[in-house]
Amino acid sequence: MKKIHLITTFAFLIFIFTTLYLSLNNRKIYNTKDIIGQKIDTVELTLFDNSKTFNTKEISNYKFTLFNFWASWCAPCRKEHKNLIKLSKNKNLKIIGVNFKDNKTQAKEFLQEMGDPFFILISDPKGKQSVNFGIYGIPETILVNEDLTILKKYIGPLDLKDVKEIKKIIKQ
Amino acid sequence: MLSNLGIISSSISLLASLLLIYLSFVELKVSGDKIQKKIYKFSSVQLIFSLLSFLVLLIGYIFSDFSMINVYENSHTEKPLLYKISGTWGNHEGSLLLWINILVLFSFLFLFLNKNKNKNFKIFTLIFQNLLISIFFIFLLTNSNPFSPVFPIPGEGLGLNPILQDPALAIHPPLLYVGFVGSSIYFSAALAALISKVEAKSLATTLKPWISISWFFQTTGILVGSIWAYYELGWGGYWFWDPVENSSLMPWFLMTALLHSVLVLERRIGLYSWVIILSILTFTMSVVGTFLVRSGILNSVHTFANDPSRGLFILTFLILMVFSSIFIFFKYTPSEKKNYKIFSKEFFILINNWFMVFFLAVVLIGTLYPVFLDTLIGEKISVGPPYYNFVLAPFLIPLLFLMTSGPKHKWISSETKIFFDIILFLSVFLFLIIFFIIKENNLLINLILLFSIYLIIQNIFDFYENLKNRNINLSRIISHFGFGLLIFFISVNHIFSVESNFNVRVGEKKDIKNYIIKFENLETSSGNNYKSVVGYFEIFNKKKLIKENLEPEIRVYNQPKTITYEASINSNLFSDTYLTMSNISDSDIFNIKFQKKPFMNFIWLSVLLISLGGILNFFKRKKEI
Repeated sequence: MKKIHLITTFAFLIFIFTTLYLSLNNRKIYNTKDIIGQKIDTVELTLFDNSKTFNTKEISNYKFTLFNFWASWCAPCRKEHKNLIKLSKNKNLKIIGVNFKDNKTQAKEFLQEMGDPFFILISDPKGKQSVNFGIYGIPETILVNEDLTILKKYIGPLDLKDVKEIKKIIKQ
Repeated sequence: MLSNLGIISSSISLLASLLLIYLSFVELKVSGDKIQKKIYKFSSVQLIFSLLSFLVLLIGYIFSDFSMINVYENSHTEKPLLYKISGTWGNHEGSLLLWINILVLFSFLFLFLNKNKNKNFKIFTLIFQNLLISIFFIFLLTNSNPFSPVFPIPGEGLGLNPILQDPALAIHPPLLYVGFVGSSIYFSAALAALISKVEAKSLATTLKPWISISWFFQTTGILVGSIWAYYELGWGGYWFWDPVENSSLMPWFLMTALLHSVLVLERRIGLYSWVIILSILTFTMSVVGTFLVRSGILNSVHTFANDPSRGLFILTFLILMVFSSIFIFFKYTPSEKKNYKIFSKEFFILINNWFMVFFLAVVLIGTLYPVFLDTLIGEKISVGPPYYNFVLAPFLIPLLFLMTSGPKHKWISSETKIFFDIILFLSVFLFLIIFFIIKENNLLINLILLFSIYLIIQNIFDFYENLKNRNINLSRIISHFGFGLLIFFISVNHIFSVESNFNVRVGEKKDIKNYIIKFENLETSSGNNYKSVVGYFEIFNKKKLIKENLEPEIRVYNQPKTITYEASINSNLFSDTYLTMSNISDSDIFNIKFQKKPFMNFIWLSVLLISLGGILNFFKRKKEI
C-alpha cells in the first residue's frame, strides 16, 4: 500500500515538475503577430440589430473583408472612423464592424453622429467573440481575403498610411 | 567599496552556514544534552554578517551608490528617502537577500529560544534550515548578486517603478516574507522531528509560536497588499485573484490549517503525520509561489524582470526539496492510530483542515491551469474571479457554520448537541431585518449573510461568557469574529457597489444612478519626482444632498519615465467614493471610472481583527511557557 502511494505521488510530481520546466521555455508574451497568414476560425457571430447570426464562412463570398473592432467609449476609434468611411466606398472591400464591450444605445448614437461604414455590424458585448480573432485591445483591424486568410493586422487606430496600404492590397 | 563589503559579508555568512552544517553533524555523535557553545557562536556570526550584507545594500540605496548595478537599475537620487529604502527589496536580487536574512534570523531565534528542547531535534532543524540558507546564498552569489559592481560608475540611476513607490507597498514585501519565509522554520523542524522521533506534545509546543507569528505576518502582508491594490492600481477592487495574489494566499490556507491542527497535536496527541505534512507543504507552497513570481511564467503586476535561469534554479531547488521531504517522510513517519471521535472538537478541526485543503486546491488549480494548458496544448486562457466565486462561495456557508459550532464542542467527547439556541434565533431575526432593508434576491448571498451573522453573534456571546469564567480564548474569538465580519462586509459591499465608466470633457456633467458627477476643472502640478495633471470633480448625491470633491491625478514620473493613474478616494466610515481618470490621447476627452464602495474600512478592519487573533495566540503561548 505504502509503495502504491509512493509511486503515484512520484508520478504525479514528475508530471507537474516536467510541465513547469517546459513552461520556462515557453513563449511568455502574448503575441498575435503570427496570426498573419493563418485562416480565421469559422464562428457564428451575433448581429447587432437582431439576434440572427452571421457565419464567418460567408466571407468567402467577398473578395476582401476588413474586420474592425471598435466601441463608442474608445476615443482612438473616433479618430480612425473617418478613415473607415473612406475605405467603405471601395467596391472590393466589405467592412465588418465588431462592436466590442459596448452599450448598444451609445454605439448607435456614435454611428449616427460619425457615419456608418459597416457592411455588417456584429455585437460582442462581453468581448468573447473577439478573442477568436486574437484581439486584446481596441481598436484593432484585420484584413481577410476570400480564402479566409488573414493578410494584415493593425493594432491601434488606422491612419492614412494604413488606408493607403489597404487600398493597394485590394486593388491587386 | 560597498560592493566588495557586501560580497565579503554574504560570503562569510555562507561559510558560517556550511560550517554550521558540518558542526551539527559532528555534534550528533557527541553525547550529552547540551549543544556546544561553538554552534551558538557560529550561528551568531552567521546572523551578524547576513544582517551586515543587507545593511550594506540598504546604505547603497540610501546614499544612491550607483557603483552597484542593482542600485543603478532600481534607484534614483531624486527618489524620496522612504522609497530609496523600500527599493532595497523592490527587485529580485534585493528581495532574495531579504529572504535569506529571514531564513537566517529564524534559524538563529529557533536555536536560542529552544534551549531546553531535545538536542537532536534542534540539531537536525539547524541542519535543514542551514541547507536552505546555503542553497539560497549560492543562488544569490552566483546568479542574482545584488552587489555586482558596474564600471564606469553611472552618474544617475534608472529609478524604481512609480507604482511601487507607495508606503503600503514599502512594507508589503517584508511582511509577506516574514510570513512565508518564516514557514521554513517549521518545515525544517517537522523533518527534524521525524528523524529525531520527537514526541507529539513537544513538537506541538515548539511549532505553535512559529506558526502563530508567521500566520500573523502573512495575514497582515496580504492585507497591506490588498489595500495597495485598492488605491494604487486604480481598478477599485481589493482582490483580483491575480496569480501572484494567489501565491500568497496558498501558503495562508495551509498555515491556517496548521494553526488549528497543531492544537489537536498538543491536546490530543493526534494528527502527528498530518501536522508534519502541513508543515512541509506550507513552505513548499511558499517556494512554488516564489517560482511562479520570479521565473516569469506568469504575467502579472508582480512579475520581476524575466530571466529563465532563475526559474530553473528555483525549480531545481523545489524538486530537490520536495523529493527529499517525501523520502524522509515515508522513511521515518510513525504509524498512527486514529483516536478522535466524531463530533468532538478535534473532528471539527479536521473538517476545518479539509476545507482549507479544498480552498488551496481550488486556488492552485486556478493558478496553474492556464500555465499547464499553454505549455501542453498551446491554448491561452485566463482564470478569473467568476471561477473562484462560483467554486468557493457555496463552501463558505458550511465553513461559517462549522466555525460557529465547532468551538462549542468538547475535546474527546462525541456528544451530538444540536444548537438551536437563542443565538441562532437572534441571528435569523437580525438577518431578516437586514434582508428587508437590502432586499437581495440571490439565495447564496443571503445564506452567506445569515451564517456570517450567526458566527459574529456567537463570538460576541462567547466573549462575554469567557469574560465571566475568566477563561479567555481571546485569540480564537477575535479571529473568528473578524472572519465573520469580513465575509459579511464583503457580501454587503458586493451587493451595494456602484460602478460606472464614461467619457467626459471639462465642464461637463454625468448622471449616474443617485449621483451627478461634474468635471469642474483641470490643473497641472508637480511633485518631488513627477509632474501631474489633476482633475477637479464634484460628486453630488441626489438622495442625501451631499457634495463631495475628488481630485484624481495622472502622474508622469521622471525616472523611469512612466505614467500612473492615481485614484482619488473619499473614504468615510461607511462608504468610499472612488474616482480614477485617464486621458485619451489627442483629445480633450477623459475616461472616468466612478465607484461607490460601501464598508471598505470595515473590510480592512475585519482582516486586522483576524490577524490580531494570531498575535494574541503568540503571546498567550509565551505566557504559558
